[in-house]
Amino acid sequence: MSRSTLLRHLVVTVACGVLLFGLTYALDPFRDYQLATAAAYLCATAGLTLLAGQSGQLSLGQGALMAVGGYTVALVQNQFGAHNVTTQWALLGSLVAAICVASVAGAVIGVAAARLRGPYLAGLTLVVAVAVPSIGTLWHSLLHGDQGLSVYLLPAPASLGETFPLERWQAWLAVIAALLTMLALGNLSSGRFGRTMRAVRDDEIAAKLAGINVAGTQVTAFVVSAACAGLGGGMLAVLAQSVSPGAYAFTLSLNLLLAVVVGGLGSLTGAVWGSVLLVLLPWLADDLTNSLIHSPAAQQRLAGNLSLAIFGLLLVIVMIAAPGGIQGLLNRAGRRVRGRRERVAAYRAEPSAPDAQPHAPAASRTSIPNP
Amino acid sequence: MDRFVFLTVYGLSRGAIYAAFALALVLIFRATRVVNFAQGVLAVVSAYLAYSVSGATGSYWLGFGAALVSGLVLGAVVERVVMRRVEHAPPLNAVIVALGLVLLTQGILGMIYGNQYRAFPAPFSTVAMTVHGVPLMTRYDLFVFGTVLVLMLALAVLFTRTATGLRMRAAAFAPQVSRLLGVNVGRMLTLGWALAALVGAVAGMLIIPTGLGLHPTAMDLVFVSSFTAAVVGGLDSPIGAVVGGLVVGLVLSYVGGYLNSASTPLAVLALLVVVLLARPGGLFSASTARRV
Repeated sequence: MSRSTLLRHLVVTVACGVLLFGLTYALDPFRDYQLATAAAYLCATAGLTLLAGQSGQLSLGQGALMAVGGYTVALVQNQFGAHNVTTQWALLGSLVAAICVASVAGAVIGVAAARLRGPYLAGLTLVVAVAVPSIGTLWHSLLHGDQGLSVYLLPAPASLGETFPLERWQAWLAVIAALLTMLALGNLSSGRFGRTMRAVRDDEIAAKLAGINVAGTQVTAFVVSAACAGLGGGMLAVLAQSVSPGAYAFTLSLNLLLAVVVGGLGSLTGAVWGSVLLVLLPWLADDLTNSLIHSPAAQQRLAGNLSLAIFGLLLVIVMIAAPGGIQGLLNRAGRRVRGRRERVAAYRAEPSAPDAQPHAPAASRTSIPNP
Repeated sequence: MDRFVFLTVYGLSRGAIYAAFALALVLIFRATRVVNFAQGVLAVVSAYLAYSVSGATGSYWLGFGAALVSGLVLGAVVERVVMRRVEHAPPLNAVIVALGLVLLTQGILGMIYGNQYRAFPAPFSTVAMTVHGVPLMTRYDLFVFGTVLVLMLALAVLFTRTATGLRMRAAAFAPQVSRLLGVNVGRMLTLGWALAALVGAVAGMLIIPTGLGLHPTAMDLVFVSSFTAAVVGGLDSPIGAVVGGLVVGLVLSYVGGYLNSASTPLAVLALLVVVLLARPGGLFSASTARRV
């Protein structure tokens, strides 16, 4: 990765940070909370898109790794609470702990996963996603079963003023976590490791012949993605101020996959669209049902289920009609606009040239891995 | 010792259902190299239909028949409308589409029936019969063994003794050649999915009365156990699926009976990891060369 790429990523990150910082002041507390949730999801989906899209390993266990992060934050934070730690930096410690524990869990799964391909890998991670929440029930004395744990969280720093809403403080925390994740993953994927991953995804044997450590690359990708999931899960715990097996159920893993696929598999920007969708769509669906249907029984039946059905339909349609997802469509539209502009410019420069059509590269299928 | 005998019979009875369900997965995997992650939710749809039909007519067996028919139709529709469009895409796409179907169907079922558990009656007594004072098996277990046995014999006859079965095997084994020889490969794939969904629906009808009841996610754990069974057997081998199903059933029964029922999902995970680490292609898989 050249220095200019690093600089560009830094500038974009800082610009996004400033923009979102301003945005949190413009939004009311409820929107701030939604922004925070989307940012927390983004940590996990960015990791997943790197894993599934760029290293070609489809994991359905991202939700379980988020659970690991969430429970770690809950346990560490509650220890801080029990010992009356009153510095905000304690939260940083809990989140780092969450990242570390989730990375270890990811390494364990990744070592097993590196031997597996296609449906075997998807199946193994599916079993992980279904089995891990049952640890909460099994280890009842520590994790309190289905009821879960509440998470000790300090209020926003007093220096921000008495009336500063907690949701805005949470949005700041989550946005910082998401931006750091995006910066780290953006650098990783545009650097040597990114190229290595894509080489392994596209052709394992060719990569091996080129001297790449295939299994090592796959395990590393799993650990990176698990670290992101740990941070995202920890952030979700901080937002909800509670953790329970139900909050990290198998549906969460499916939702994360949905976000990644609909946004555009393998694209970090796509993960942003996906995470925003994950927050906005259920809310819009509930709004819609509440305004259209007035019987409380029907409302209760539609609550959650309508968005679930829309999610599923989206996943099927996107995979069949536009496998590149939102980011793929945006890229195509961008190329078309740029192509037209270049054509016009070429025509103005030399109107007689018969074939002044710079064709956009036919590639862009790269976003679909071929395991 | 009594407990051991009871748990063994119980495990074999559950294992027979897992075996049937795993067989459905293997049927589709052999034909299309796709693991049908939507298998469980299709079975749940059939079970809900059976529930509605039984509720309306008062007869369990009419509901059972409705489940069979709906299984056939659902499988064919899913193959024709959805899966055929990702047939030539990378295998990852088929997995994702199937997972999309899971979300879609669970959402629709929740909208129609609501998200509470519904009692789903068993057609036979689920109280254990005692032999010499030892509780051995229930009438329902006998029904399960009988149904699964009939199902497997029917499939075996279909695939080894009939012309249609031969065509289906040929279409799965060498699609191009069979197409040249006049086999309608597309129709055979549809038939394969329909049969698999039928088998899945039977498995669902058998296992749902033994669990918490009918719920859009009622088959999630069954799918996980059956997938493990199919993988233990190698995903490609019908015999392997049956053996795998019985093994998974026994392991889960012993773990649930002697340790803790909450730890059964972890036991499935442990079994799957051990098998996959020992043989990444499953125990009954033949070694295959990877194409360069």
